[in-house]
Amino acid sequence: MRPENTTSAVDQNEQELRQLHLNTEVISVINDAGISLRDVTKRYGNKAVVDNINLVIEPGEFMTFLGPSGSGKTTTLNMIAGFVSATEGLLHIYGKPVAKLPAHKRDIGMVFQNYALFPHKTVAENIAYPLDRRKIAKAEQKIMIAGALEMVRMGEFGDRFPTELSGGQQQRVALARALVYKPRVLLMDEPLGALDKKLREWLQKEIKRIHREVGSTFVYVTHDQEEALSLSDRIAVFNNGRIEQVGSPADLYEKPETLFVGRFLGESTVLSGAMVSSANGETVLDISGHAIRVPGRLDSDSLAILIRPENITLCDEGTAPATLDSNTLPVTVLDANYLGSSWRCEVELPDGSTGTVRAAQASGVREPGSRAWMRWNVECGVLLEDTGDEGASLT
Amino acid sequence: MGQLGYRKLDGMADTTTTHARSKRSAPGGDTAKQVREPKSWRPFLLLIPAFVVVSFFFLAPLIDVFYRSISDPTLGVQNYVWLFTTPTNMVVAFRTFATSLLVTIVCLLIAYPYAYLMTVVSDRTRNMLQLFIMLPLWTSILVRTLAWLVLLQDTGPINGILEAVFGIGPLPLIRSTFGVALGMSQVLLPFMVLPIYSALAKIDKRLLPAAANLGARPVTAFFTVYLPLSRPGIFAGSVTVFILGLGFYIIPALLGSSKEIMMSALMYQQISGFLLWGHGTALGIFMLATTIVVLALLGRASKGTNLFAGRGK
Repeated sequence: MRPENTTSAVDQNEQELRQLHLNTEVISVINDAGISLRDVTKRYGNKAVVDNINLVIEPGEFMTFLGPSGSGKTTTLNMIAGFVSATEGLLHIYGKPVAKLPAHKRDIGMVFQNYALFPHKTVAENIAYPLDRRKIAKAEQKIMIAGALEMVRMGEFGDRFPTELSGGQQQRVALARALVYKPRVLLMDEPLGALDKKLREWLQKEIKRIHREVGSTFVYVTHDQEEALSLSDRIAVFNNGRIEQVGSPADLYEKPETLFVGRFLGESTVLSGAMVSSANGETVLDISGHAIRVPGRLDSDSLAILIRPENITLCDEGTAPATLDSNTLPVTVLDANYLGSSWRCEVELPDGSTGTVRAAQASGVREPGSRAWMRWNVECGVLLEDTGDEGASLT
Repeated sequence: MGQLGYRKLDGMADTTTTHARSKRSAPGGDTAKQVREPKSWRPFLLLIPAFVVVSFFFLAPLIDVFYRSISDPTLGVQNYVWLFTTPTNMVVAFRTFATSLLVTIVCLLIAYPYAYLMTVVSDRTRNMLQLFIMLPLWTSILVRTLAWLVLLQDTGPINGILEAVFGIGPLPLIRSTFGVALGMSQVLLPFMVLPIYSALAKIDKRLLPAAANLGARPVTAFFTVYLPLSRPGIFAGSVTVFILGLGFYIIPALLGSSKEIMMSALMYQQISGFLLWGHGTALGIFMLATTIVVLALLGRASKGTNLFAGRGK
C-alpha cells in the first residue's frame, strides 16, 4: 500500500547519515528502528522543553511516555507527529528521515485526548476522511470502514454523528479513524484522560488487543503510572524535558535508576542518609543514627534507599532484632487504611518523613499512634542518589 | 384591630395545615408536579414589555403602512400596479439588492480573516481587536459618513495623494457605487465579524492538526473541516448585513449618486417630495415581502448545513 523506500533512496539516506560522522552501528540502529530520536531538542526561546533526547522504539513495540505535566512527553509526541518541529536532532520513522516532512505527509495515525472527531461528519464519514485524502475508491473504502468499525466493536454506529456518542464510543471511533489506513505508527496523546475509571480500564484492554491485532508501533502518552504499567512493553519516564529511564514496567518498578523514577512509579518509602562504609557490594548508610544496609555502591555525597511498601513488614516493639539479611527501623504508625485486597499503613520515620507499608493481612497492621518496628530484607532496598525530588510522587 | 390580628393568625394556621395535609395526601412525584405546573406560564410574563413595545411601535405602524398602500388615495391596488409597471422602481429595487449583496460579500471577505485572527491571538490582543470592531458602533453613523465624505471627495486627501504620488486625476470615490459600498461595509462590518468570530471560537483547535495527521494538506483541511464548521457564523453574519444593508438611507444619500438612488431614498422622495403616501408605503411593503422571501429561500438552502443538531441529513 505504501511506497517503500527504493534502494537508491536508502543509499542516499545512509550517505546523509555518514556525513554526520555517525558510525555504521548507529546508522543500522536508526534504519532498523520503528522510531528513532537522536539528540532531539526543542527550545522555545532559551527554555529547552525537550532536552537532548535519545530513544529507539522497536517496530511493533508498545512504548509509553510517562511523566508529570510539563515534562516534555507531549512535545516529543508532537514532534514525531509533525505538529512541532525539533530545534535540533535527527528523527527517523522506519529508517526514513522525517524531521523536515510536514505532518500530512508522515502517514502516522494519531488519537487525541479530546477525540478530535469532525462534528459535521458522521462516524463513517470521519473514518472515510483519511481514505479520501489517499484517493481510495469508494467501494474499497466501504470495506475498510466496516473492518475498522468492527475492530473497535462499533459496527452499528456508522450513521451516527459524534455528538450522539458517549466519550468512550467517540474515542473508539477516533481509534478506528487513526488505524483505518493501516499506519505503521500510532500515536496516542492521553487518549483515556477524559474517561471514568471503569471505562478507562476496559478501553486499556481494548487498546492492548488492537495493538496485538494490527502489530503497528504504538506510542502512548500518559501521566497515569498505573495505565503505563499495565499497557506498555516499555516505558520512557520523562522529567524536565529529559528521559530519566527507559525499561520494562517491572524493571522500572523494581530497579529504578533515579529517585524520581522510583517515586513516580508506584508507592515507596525513601530513607535519606550519609554513607558509613561500603564493601563487598554492600553499602551501609546512617539513617537517623541507625546503620542500614543496602546492596550496591554509589559515589555520591547524598544517598537514599528506596523500598517498596509490599516488601516492608511491621513488628511490635522489642520483637524485631535485626537479622543477618534484614534491616529494622523504629517508626510511629500515622494511619491505617483497609483497601479491600490489602492494608496500607502510613508511618512516621525517625527523621520525620513519611513512609508507606502494605500488609496482606490485618495482623500486619498497627493502631495509629502506636510505635512499631519496620523490617525489610536487605536486597529489597534500592540504593539511589538523593536528588531531593520531593513531591514528584504527588503528580 | 384585635379581631384582624386574630384572623391573620387564624389564616396563617390554616395555610400551614392545608400545606401539611396536601403534603401527606399526595406523596412522591405528584407533589412536585403540582408545585411546578402553575409556574410554567409565569416566565412568559417577562415578554409583556417587549410585546407592548413591538405592538405599539412596530406592528401598529406596519398595519398602518399596509393599509395606506391599498387605500391612498382610494381603496384598491393602484399603488402596486404603479410599482410593478414603472421600470424605475424595478431598477432601484434591483440596485438596492445588488448593492446590499456587494456589501455583504465585501464584509465577508474582510471579516472572515479578521475573525480568524481573533481566535488565534492572546486574550489581550483579542480584546483590542474586539474594541477596534466595536468602537465605530459607538460613533454616530452621521459623523462617520461625513468623515468619509471629507476623505473621499474629489478635492479630499485621498484624491490629493493619488494625484500627487501617482499622477492619476481625481477618481470618482464618492457619488458612486464604490463610495456607497465602502461606507456601508465599514458600518456593517461588526455585524459580520461578531457572529463569525463566535462560530470560529467554538471550533475545536485540535481538528486542524487532526486533519493534517490524517493526510490533509492545509488548504484541503480548511475547505473540508474549518469552513464547513464556520458556516453557521457566515450565514448569521451575511443575513444580518444583507438585511440591514437594504434599509440604509443616510450613506447612499451622502456618498451615492443622486442619479443612482436606492430604495429608501425612493420612498423618501415619494412621501416627502410628492406626498404620495400610497406609492411610498407600497414600496415599503414590497421590500418587506421580498426580504421575507429571500430569507425563506436562504433558510431552506441552509437547512442541510444545520450543524451540531445531530442527524442533519
